[in-house]
Amino acid sequence: MTQSLLLQLSVAVLFLPLVSFLILIFFGKKLARQSDVIGIFLNGAALALSVTILYAKVNFFHDELLNFTFTWISLGNVTLIGPLKFDLGIMIDNLTAVMLVVVTLISFLVNLFSSKYMEGDIRFSRYYANLGLFSFSMLGIVIANNFLSMYIFWELVGLSSYLLIGHWYEKKSASDASKKAFVVNRVGDFGFLIGILVLWANYHTLTYEGVYAAIGSGMIPFQSAWWMTASGLLIFCGAVGKSAQFPLHVWLPDAMEGPTPVSALIHAATMVAAGVYLIARTFPMLTADALMVIAYVGAITAFISATIAIAQTDIKKVLAYSTVSQLGYMVMGLGVGAFSAGTMHLVTHAAFKAGLFLGAGSVIHAMHNALHHAHDHHTDAQDIMNMGGLRKKMPITFWTFVMFTLAISGVPLTSGFLSKDEILAGTLAYGSLTGHMLIPIIGFLVAGLTAFYMFRIVILAFMGDHKDPSRLEHVHESPLAMTLPLMLLAALSFFAFYSLNPIGASSGWFFHAIERPATVVPLDMAAASTEIFEEALHHAHNTAMLFSLLVAGTGILLSFLTYHWKKISADAVAESMAPVHKFLLNKWYFDELYDATAVAGVKGIAALFAWFDGKIVDGIVNGAGSVTKMGAVVSGKFDSIVVDGFVNLTATVAGTFGLVLRKVQTGRVQSYIVFAILGIVVLFFFYRAV
Amino acid sequence: MMELKFLNVGILTWITFLPVLGMIVVLLLPKNNKTAMRWTSLGVTILQMALSVVIFQYFNRGLAGINTVDGMQFKEFIPWIDVQSLAILGRLKIDYFLGIDGISVSMVMLTALVSFVATIASWNIEKSVKGFFALLLLLNTGMMGVFVSLDFFLFYIFWEVMLLPMYFLIGVWGGPRREYAAIKFFIYTLFGSVLMLLAMLALYFSVSVIDPSTGMKMHTFNMLAMMNPANFDPASLLGGLGTSMRYYAYVALFIGFAIKVPIFPFHTWLPDAHVEAPTAISVILAGVLLKMGTYGLMRIAFPIFPDAAIYFAYPLAFVGFINIIYGALCAMAQTDFKKLIAYSSVSHMGIVILGMAAFNSQGMVGAIFQMFNHGTITAMLFLIVGVLYDRAHTRGLNDFGGLMNKMPKYSAVMVIAFFAALGLPSMSGFVSEAFVFLGAFQTYRYLTIASAFGIVLTAGYMLWTLQRVFLGTLPEKWNGLTDINTRELISLVPLAVIVIFLGIYPMPIINLMNTSANALVEFVRSGAGMALVGR
Repeated sequence: MTQSLLLQLSVAVLFLPLVSFLILIFFGKKLARQSDVIGIFLNGAALALSVTILYAKVNFFHDELLNFTFTWISLGNVTLIGPLKFDLGIMIDNLTAVMLVVVTLISFLVNLFSSKYMEGDIRFSRYYANLGLFSFSMLGIVIANNFLSMYIFWELVGLSSYLLIGHWYEKKSASDASKKAFVVNRVGDFGFLIGILVLWANYHTLTYEGVYAAIGSGMIPFQSAWWMTASGLLIFCGAVGKSAQFPLHVWLPDAMEGPTPVSALIHAATMVAAGVYLIARTFPMLTADALMVIAYVGAITAFISATIAIAQTDIKKVLAYSTVSQLGYMVMGLGVGAFSAGTMHLVTHAAFKAGLFLGAGSVIHAMHNALHHAHDHHTDAQDIMNMGGLRKKMPITFWTFVMFTLAISGVPLTSGFLSKDEILAGTLAYGSLTGHMLIPIIGFLVAGLTAFYMFRIVILAFMGDHKDPSRLEHVHESPLAMTLPLMLLAALSFFAFYSLNPIGASSGWFFHAIERPATVVPLDMAAASTEIFEEALHHAHNTAMLFSLLVAGTGILLSFLTYHWKKISADAVAESMAPVHKFLLNKWYFDELYDATAVAGVKGIAALFAWFDGKIVDGIVNGAGSVTKMGAVVSGKFDSIVVDGFVNLTATVAGTFGLVLRKVQTGRVQSYIVFAILGIVVLFFFYRAV
Repeated sequence: MMELKFLNVGILTWITFLPVLGMIVVLLLPKNNKTAMRWTSLGVTILQMALSVVIFQYFNRGLAGINTVDGMQFKEFIPWIDVQSLAILGRLKIDYFLGIDGISVSMVMLTALVSFVATIASWNIEKSVKGFFALLLLLNTGMMGVFVSLDFFLFYIFWEVMLLPMYFLIGVWGGPRREYAAIKFFIYTLFGSVLMLLAMLALYFSVSVIDPSTGMKMHTFNMLAMMNPANFDPASLLGGLGTSMRYYAYVALFIGFAIKVPIFPFHTWLPDAHVEAPTAISVILAGVLLKMGTYGLMRIAFPIFPDAAIYFAYPLAFVGFINIIYGALCAMAQTDFKKLIAYSSVSHMGIVILGMAAFNSQGMVGAIFQMFNHGTITAMLFLIVGVLYDRAHTRGLNDFGGLMNKMPKYSAVMVIAFFAALGLPSMSGFVSEAFVFLGAFQTYRYLTIASAFGIVLTAGYMLWTLQRVFLGTLPEKWNGLTDINTRELISLVPLAVIVIFLGIYPMPIINLMNTSANALVEFVRSGAGMALVGR
C-alpha cells in the first residue's frame, strides 16, 4: 500500500456518493423503489474503502501527512506578486482518516435505516439522491487541504441540508425551517468568508500548509496581533453557524422538520460536527484570546441548550437541544486546548447521538403506525408525554436507547464517559491555568443536566405503563433494517473501540493518533503550550473524574426520583418556578428576539428602501421628466404667446398701418396734387424758419 | 497575427453584421410567413454562436490588447469617413476599426449566446412578427458592434443604434405601461449618451496623431491613440494628467456608462423597463445591455483616464457597495417576481463595480467573469419568470405556491438558477463573486466586508422567493398549469450547463480574460503614476 494509492482510494470515497446522487437525480424516477439499493451499496463501498484507509493510515503511515494539490484557477503572472493561483487539493492525516470512517459509517447506517423508515415516501428517490449529495459534500469538507475547498463543500452541505430539511416542503413549517437553516448558516459563512479574505490578502495562498507556514515564519495578518486573533475568530464564525453555537444555534431545533434519519445523519452526527472539525483544522492559527472566546461560546451554548432541553416534550426537540449542548461541549473542549478530547467527543457523540436519533425514529415510526391503526390523527407521535411503556413492545429499540443514554450521560464503560471526562479535565486544567473557572463550572453543571434530561426521555417514553394500554397493541418493534443500525451503534458506544483502558482515554489509540497540533502563532499570543497544559491536565484528572461521576449520578438519580418514583413532582416544580419554566419552554425567546430585531429590521429597511426607491429616487427622475414637460409647455406658451405674439404684433401693426395708409392711395390725381401742394407749403415753411 | 476571413470580410464584421443581413431577409419575407422569420432569426444567432466558437478556438490567450494595436486580435481597419476640411472641425476622420482582446472576447460570446436564447424565447410572439424580429436583429448588431469597436465614434454609433430597436421592442411589444417604460429608458440613456458625446468630442480635439500618409498631425477617434498620454496636445482641454478638466470628462463618461449598468441613483429605469419588456427583451437587457456600461468603463474610461480612474476609485467602490446592499434590500421588498429579479441585477452588477474598483488582478478578472456569469444566470432567471407569466399571466410572488410538484422539470431548472444567483459554490457566480471579494478586500478592507454582507441578504430574498412560489401547497386556481415545454427547455438547459460547468471548471473563460485584465490593471496603475503596491 503506497501513499498515492491511499490518496486515490480517498478520492474514490469522495466520489462514490456523488455517483449515487447523479444516478438518482437523473434516473431516480425510473428506478423508483430501487433507489435505496443504490444508496446503500455505494455508501457501503465508500465505508469499506474508508475503513481500509483508516487501517492503513494508522498502521503504515502513522505520522505522515498525505497531500495532493492541483491548481484550479491560475491568474497568470501578476506584477510584483508573480504567479497568482488558487490551489485545491486533498490531504489525509489521522483526523481525516477517522472522519472518513465516521461520515461513511453513519451515512451507510442511515441509508440502511431509511430504506424502511422512508418506505412509501412520495419522493423516495429524491431523498436518496440528496443523501448522496450530502455525503459527497461532507466528505469534501473532511478531505480538503485548503480553506477554499473547505468553504466550497461547506456551502454544499448547506445546500443538501436545505434540501433534506425541506424534504416535506408542502408543510410551511418545513420550508420555513429549511430557509432559516440556510440563511442563519449564511450569516456564519459571511464571517468565514471574511476570514478567508484576510488570509488571502496576506498570503496569496489558502492551503493550510501555506498559511500556517507563513504565520509560523512570523508573518501575522496585517502585522497586527488584533488581526491574528480576528482571522481565527472570523473563520470560527463558520463553525458557529454550522455547529449551531450561540448566538446562531436557533436553526438546528427547527431543522428537526426533516425526516428523522436525516436528523440523525446531518443534524446530529456529521454536518453539525463540521464546525468542530473546522476549529480542529484551524487550531494551529488560533491565539490564546481566540481560544478563550471559543471556549466561552461553547460553554454558553452548552448551558443554554441544556436548560432548554429540560423543558421540551417533543422527543426530537429534546435530542436537538441535547445535540446543540454536546456540540458546545466539543467547541469548549477545543477552546480550552483539550484537542484530542474535543475531537474524540465528536466521534463518540456521532455514534451515540446518531443512535439516539435513529432510536427516536424507530419510536416515532412505531407510534405513527399505532396511531394510524387506532385512527387517531390528533395525538402527537413525537411527544414523550404520549408515550410510556414502550420497553416491552420494542426491546431492541429500548435497550439500545438505554446504551446511548448511558453514553451521553457519561457513565463509566461507555465511549461518552471517556471523551466527556477528558473534556472536563481539560476545562479544569484550563481554569487552573488561566483563572477562568466559570468554564469548568458550566462544564460539570451541564454534565448533570444532560444525565437528567436524557433519563427523563428513557423513563417517560419507555418505562412505566402506557396511559392508554389499548394503543400499545399496535406498537411493534421495527424491522431489521432499522434495528440493525441501532445495534451496531450501541456496540460502538462501548469504551473498547476508543481505548482499552475504561477510565482513561489518553492511553488509547485515538489519543495517540490524534494529537494536539503545534501552534504557529507567535509565542506571546499563543495559548499555554502542550507541555504546560498536559501537566495541569495531569493534576486535574482525578478531580475531574470524581466530579463527573458525581454530577452524572446526581442527574440520573434526580431523573428517577422525579419521573419514575414520582418522589418529586415535576409539575409542582414547574409551577413553583413558573416564569423560569416558561422562559425555558420558550427557548429563552431567542426566536422571538431575532424575529423582532434582525428579521423585522431587515424587512423594515427593505421596505423603507423600496419606498425610497420608488418615491424619492424614481420620484426625482419622474419629477425631472415633469419639470421638463412643464418647461416644454411654458416655452410652448411663450413661443405661441410672446415670440409668435411679437411676430403677429409686428404683422398686425404693419397691417394696421397699411390699412390706414391705404386710404391715402386713392388713385385720384386731384388728391395727389392737394397733398403735393401741402407738402411744398410745409417744406417752404420749415426752410424759411431756418 | 491571426486573421480569419470569409469572402475577404473579417470574422468580426461577419458576427456583427450577420443580423443586418438577417433583418433584410426578414423584411423581404411575405408578411404571413412567420415561421420563416423565426427560423431566419434563429439561424442568424446560431451562425453567430458558431462564429463565437471559432473566435474562442483561435483567440490568442497570451495577447493583452488594452492599449496596443498589436495586442488586438481579429483586427479590421478601413478608413471610413474622411472629410478634408470641415469648417472649424478641420479634418474629420472616422475609421471602421474593429478588434477584440480579453476584455471584449467573453462579451462577444455572451452576446451571441444570449441572442440565441432570446430568439427562442421570442418564438411565441404573434404581434407583428416581422417588425419584432427585424428589430431584434438590429439590436443584436448594435450590441455586437459596441463590443468590437475600437474607434470611439464607431462605438458611439453602435451604442445609439442599439437604443432605437430597444425603444420599440419595449414600447410596442411590452406590458400595460410599456410606453412609459420605453420613453423612460430611451430618454435616460440618451441623456447619458449626450454626456458621453461631449467627453468624446473633448477627447477628439485633445488628441492628435501623425497621419502616416501626409505626415501631418490630425485628430482621431481611435481609442487606443487616446490611451497614450503622449498623443494629448499639452495645451488642449484634456492635456496633462490629473487636471480638473480630465476629471470632469471622466465623470461625464462615467455617468453615461453608469446609467447603463445601472449604478445607483441612475437605476430606476431598469425595474420599469424589465417589468414592461417582453421576456426575450428582458433577457437581452439584463444579459447583455447592462454589461455595456461596465464594459465601457473598462474599455474607454479607465485606460483613457487612468489618473481619474484611480482618483475616483474609492467613490466607485462605494457605489458598488451601495448597489450590492441597496439592490438586495429593494429586491427583498418586491412582490412582483420580475421586479425582484430586476433589483437583484442591480445588486449583482454592484459586484462587478466593486471588483473593477479594486484595480487589482483578482478584482478585475472577477468583474469581467461576473459580467459573463450575471449574463447567463440572470438570463435564466428572466426566462423562468417568463415561463410562469406565459402560463399564469401574473407575476405576483404571493399568488403562487407549490409549483415544485406541479412543474417538476421547471422547478429543477429554477433551483439551479436560484442557487447560482445566490452564489452557491459549484456554480459560476460563486467563482466570480469570490474573486471580486478577494480582490476588493485588498484595496478596501471595511467596504468589502460591508459589501460581502450582500451574500446573506441575497440568500434571504432568493430563498424567500423560492419558498413563496415553489414550496408549500398549490392554490387551486393553478391546477391547470403545465410543466415547461421542450422549446423553453432548449433555451434554459444550455445556460444551466454553462453555469454549472464554469462553476466547477472556470479556466476556459478565465484564460480568455486574465492576460488582458492583468494588463489593464497594470496600465491604469502605472498610467496614474501610482506606485505599484504589492497587490
